[in-house]
Amino acid sequence: MLEACADPATLSGLDWLGCYLTTGKHWAFYASFGVVLLLLAVVVPFALMFGFAGAAAARSRVWPVSLLGKGYSNIVRGVPDIAFFLFFVIALDQAFEYLRHRVLCPDWDQPVRQGSDFVVCTAAKLPLSSAPQWVHETYGFLLAVLTFAIVYGAFTAQVLYGAMRAVPRAQMETAEAYGMSHTQAFWRILVPQMWVYALPGLGNLWMILIKATPLLFLLGVEDIVYWARELGGTKAAKFSAYPHGDWRMWYFGALLVFYLCLTWVSEKGLDRLMRRLSRGQATAAGEALRKVAA
Amino acid sequence: MSCLQTIADYGLRSIGIGERLLPRTDFTLCQQFTLIGSGMIWNIYFGVVALAAGFFLATAVALGKGSRHWWLRKPSEWFIFLFRGSPLFIQFFFAYFAFLSLKSVHPVFDPFTAAWLGALIVLFLNTSAYTAEIFHGALKSIPRGDIEAADAYGFTGWARFRKITWPTMLRLAWPAYTNEAIFLFHATTLVFFSGFPAWQQRGDALYYASYFADKTFNPFVPYPILAGYFILLTLSVIGLYGLVNRRLNRHLPQIGRRRMRIRPNLIR
Repeated sequence: MLEACADPATLSGLDWLGCYLTTGKHWAFYASFGVVLLLLAVVVPFALMFGFAGAAAARSRVWPVSLLGKGYSNIVRGVPDIAFFLFFVIALDQAFEYLRHRVLCPDWDQPVRQGSDFVVCTAAKLPLSSAPQWVHETYGFLLAVLTFAIVYGAFTAQVLYGAMRAVPRAQMETAEAYGMSHTQAFWRILVPQMWVYALPGLGNLWMILIKATPLLFLLGVEDIVYWARELGGTKAAKFSAYPHGDWRMWYFGALLVFYLCLTWVSEKGLDRLMRRLSRGQATAAGEALRKVAA
Repeated sequence: MSCLQTIADYGLRSIGIGERLLPRTDFTLCQQFTLIGSGMIWNIYFGVVALAAGFFLATAVALGKGSRHWWLRKPSEWFIFLFRGSPLFIQFFFAYFAFLSLKSVHPVFDPFTAAWLGALIVLFLNTSAYTAEIFHGALKSIPRGDIEAADAYGFTGWARFRKITWPTMLRLAWPAYTNEAIFLFHATTLVFFSGFPAWQQRGDALYYASYFADKTFNPFVPYPILAGYFILLTLSVIGLYGLVNRRLNRHLPQIGRRRMRIRPNLIR
């Protein structure tokens, strides 16, 4: 807090705006942009892991495993993903609490579901009711990450499954001819080659993931949407040093610009990455690059 | 209370016909099925109207983006970038608060803050932008021979567009457009979670599903019901669009027909 801002009532014009935009709550708002980027950074590896597992399962020759993998990657097609978000946040929370309940309170004899209540013993509560605020917030964020990873893992599974099928069959046949086992061929031949085919789809998913980040708000995390609503709402002179009318429109306008910049930068970045990876590849894009160079 | 009675009471609850109060305790499966199904009316309304209106704007914007004149091309490009580059969720919020501000200027804007019009406009513009991009891609991949043949036959202007360019564009774009339609229907579930109030608790399917999940603290019943409804809706969209696809491709040899593949573009 700057000294010039000690008495906001005396300020006007740009000074006022400058002080207004540097209040403690605004710093929390700016920090929440970091939360969005952090979410993106944490979700990507997990979603890739879930997706890889799903795609590998879908390829399995064991019928129930492949059914599971295909079911996982296909269910998200028919159902709005926001329904999954709302579902998983409660379902995961209850699943964790139920597991802890079974482990920590083995001599509990009442049912867990009593009418409209979900009752577990106090020791099994997650996070414990005595835990400090930051534990609650972190737990909420982790639940959100897991939810995102499960839903986007399903989308990734679809992309990777397609990429695995795009690797030329002859490559696998050659591997088999050399006497590799199924597992060896999968890890040594299929997996290294599939990424080129997967990249366009994964890039697309990245753009989609960026545009899904505001849904964090629905999962109860204090993200940019939360702060924009909070800060933009009408502030009366009685309760705030910086009274103003309903500015939510401007705050959401700022968010809109933020996301436009993020997608624009990503688009450019992905284009570059694709060009780099296509260099020397036997694909149409690689061919075009060769022609330009020649 | 029998299930038929529940359906009579709550079947049209989402549009304000029937019982005024939502059930509060002792939720039955029948109530959950009925109310969530009743909410689907809104999802279908938003989806159908936005798609029908968006189709025409999308065609115009796609032509604009392919235009030789910069004053047509630039606005179209910006329009597409604006709506495809930002999350629909934020667009809803922004539009709602913008309409709220306008409302205080003039009462003409009153209905815009209600979901049935305000959210519909956002969905309409959003689907127009996504569809325009699809149509633009299809326009660019119209075989050159088709256009040359049209020229050779003396087709020009409107006649060439109506008889040659437009049907070919639709034919090429149709599989992708089907996906867009599916995901627009999915996107309609965002409406009542993004500022637009559900007046008198008249909400869409997800609104009621989350109502039940909150009240019973049991997500394992309402959300699978919702999923079931949406899978049915998705299948009917695929069926309907498949019929149109058959018609668009009816002049092609059977084997050469492009098989429709449903590939998701997921969320906006």
